Amino acid sequence: MSHWVRTLSRVLYVDLARKRYWIEDREDLFSRWLGGIGVAAQLYKEEVPRGADPLGPENAIIFAVGPLTGVFPMASKTVAAFKSPLNGYFAESHAGGRSALAIRFAGYGAIVIRSVSERPVYLVIEHDRVRFKDASALWGVRSAETVGRILRETTPGAGMRSILRIGGAGEKLVRYAMVMVETFRHFGRMGLGAVFGSKKLKAIVVAPEKVHRFPDMRRYRDIYQRIYDLTKGPKTKKYHDLGTAENVLVLNAIGALPTKNFSSGRFDGAEEISGEALVENVLARRVACSACPVACIHLAAIREEYEDERFMYKTEFISYDYEPIYALGTNLGVRDRFGLLKLFKAVEDWGLDAISTGVVLAWATEALERGLITKFETLVDLRWGDWRGYLAAIENIVRQPNEFYKVLAMGVEEAARRYGGEDFAMAFNRVEPAGYLTGPLFFISLAIGFRHSHLDSGAYSLDQKIFSSAEELPSPREAAQRIIEEEAWRQILTSLVLCLFARGVYDENLVSEALRSLGYDYSPEDLKRLGREIYFEKQRLKWEEGFRASSLRIPRRIIETPTPLGRISREYLEEALKEFDDLIGKSSST
Amino acid sequence: MLRVICLVKRIAVLDANRCVGCQLCMLACSRRLGFAGYEKSAIRVRSAGGVERGFTVIVCRACSDPPCARVCPEDALIPRPGGGVILKPERCNGCGHCAEACDIGAIWMDGESGKPIICVYCGYCVQFCPHKVIMLQEVEAV
Repeated sequence: MSHWVRTLSRVLYVDLARKRYWIEDREDLFSRWLGGIGVAAQLYKEEVPRGADPLGPENAIIFAVGPLTGVFPMASKTVAAFKSPLNGYFAESHAGGRSALAIRFAGYGAIVIRSVSERPVYLVIEHDRVRFKDASALWGVRSAETVGRILRETTPGAGMRSILRIGGAGEKLVRYAMVMVETFRHFGRMGLGAVFGSKKLKAIVVAPEKVHRFPDMRRYRDIYQRIYDLTKGPKTKKYHDLGTAENVLVLNAIGALPTKNFSSGRFDGAEEISGEALVENVLARRVACSACPVACIHLAAIREEYEDERFMYKTEFISYDYEPIYALGTNLGVRDRFGLLKLFKAVEDWGLDAISTGVVLAWATEALERGLITKFETLVDLRWGDWRGYLAAIENIVRQPNEFYKVLAMGVEEAARRYGGEDFAMAFNRVEPAGYLTGPLFFISLAIGFRHSHLDSGAYSLDQKIFSSAEELPSPREAAQRIIEEEAWRQILTSLVLCLFARGVYDENLVSEALRSLGYDYSPEDLKRLGREIYFEKQRLKWEEGFRASSLRIPRRIIETPTPLGRISREYLEEALKEFDDLIGKSSST
Repeated sequence: MLRVICLVKRIAVLDANRCVGCQLCMLACSRRLGFAGYEKSAIRVRSAGGVERGFTVIVCRACSDPPCARVCPEDALIPRPGGGVILKPERCNGCGHCAEACDIGAIWMDGESGKPIICVYCGYCVQFCPHKVIMLQEVEAV
């Protein structure tokens, strides 16, 4: 096997209860499962017993990178695997920033964090040591941004290190709390922030200082040049130009832009908060994750006068992307650009997942409108488009001043169970959806996904292709198969670990060649086979804990609101989910 | 008057405001030497106190009277005609005075060899800057 695998195979184990750490050589895993999600799923299987409480000592946090991390453009992501406190199943979340290269060049392929610390702690991880630092002074610092500012001053590795941390939401165990990475990148979905909080783990700093010698420089440099040129070309142009916010007008035009809690696919304020309008009015800077020429991170400036002192101004920056525009913009009826950016800033500081927060607030707005709850519960007025009310509600989700907000902090599924309104409580397998009202395939993919990201299988794009080519819907079984097939290939991309915005560049031939330059021997067919294996390994982890797609609650709202592919039929969805269970069940029993 | 035709090159930071912090220049510099990682790089990028404030790009500016060479006790850093220095690694004793003497902080010590990392002005990093932040430029004659 390649010498490159050996440089990747060091796994760092950290026990938060005993304040001990050790390093194991896990070439067995990295030579069999590549890296990234492939290895993380196996480590999860070893670490987290069935029935483990997601917020208890048995849950583990696993970070993993892969063979291409830091050596090819856009191989810039870290995979996190853990049991989700939102739905109680194996889950994953991916983030960029400096995290992936920091872990790789600190000399690790994966990091496993076990058990629970007695008191607040943060970790400083270097090549040969881990320091357990007392975080009592940082605990209670509610802004994740401030935590980063403090740690920038007090920890080593400036310019190359990665700083992962939680804000108030993670400490208060909001089930959809995120982990902030550097600034403006996140392990956003599935509640990793709450898992950090439950472990009393405020932050992790990873300082890289290692280099690895390439096995075959000539081969490697040639293919590097080719990939570099491709990543600067048309296949990533969208992310470079307007960024993901380009989707606002595209989806609005076809009626697939979730609006006011998915009650419509068109938003009359879309122009004002479109990617085009944001570039024109507020875009202040673009930044990139390490090793990425695209720089998709679009930062907006929020210039603001202090309310209590005239002529006193501040300018803050916040990143924007399509998903938060949907969740905190269109889905809440917010069309005011300034207000929208303030909402982004609020979830960023408190350390919340933007998507879940927006969907929870959309449910609360509608529940208030319909009289299921009153202002006695909400404490503030929640009205479509009124961003000031939402700003106050976001703070309440973290501070949890009453029973209602304690329940909101558990997610929309729990809120509807307690207060009613399940028909319009938008969740799939207890997780609030990403922002595409494109058609049935997307919702099927959410029901069966692991990240609950639109990028799981890109099924929104399968819907859009059916729409634009005026094809018939595939049979329910074929729909399930198509989604599985696409997601299976993405297991390879996320084992390497590539950013999925590079998926148009890295096809199976190129991946095979890139790996070959590092001494690996995988044919395109081998890779596809491995992708399927990883996919089914992951599904089995859920299956064994009782997950059955066909028993999920399907919110009535999605069969009422028309999509570009017409009204979605409940029977079609149910049939597809049954077919899915059938496919997974067969693979799990062999 | 005698005029020296100056063809000596250096890496010039044209506009740090265009820098997105991708670090592809750093990775290129390490790659040039056959390594994956940051630590061998003679060019460094770091945020100016949080990425929203932009980035600082630090690289040897090829001074015409380089202080790093003046403080070297072993004459391991030879001033290059026209500006900048050339490292003679076999003479270097790893004392690190050069790194301390560099006013712009463009010399780092290589943890592995114990010797300074000195830009060779080859311009390989420039080829991998996607946003025109740096360029290979002739040193301006003073």
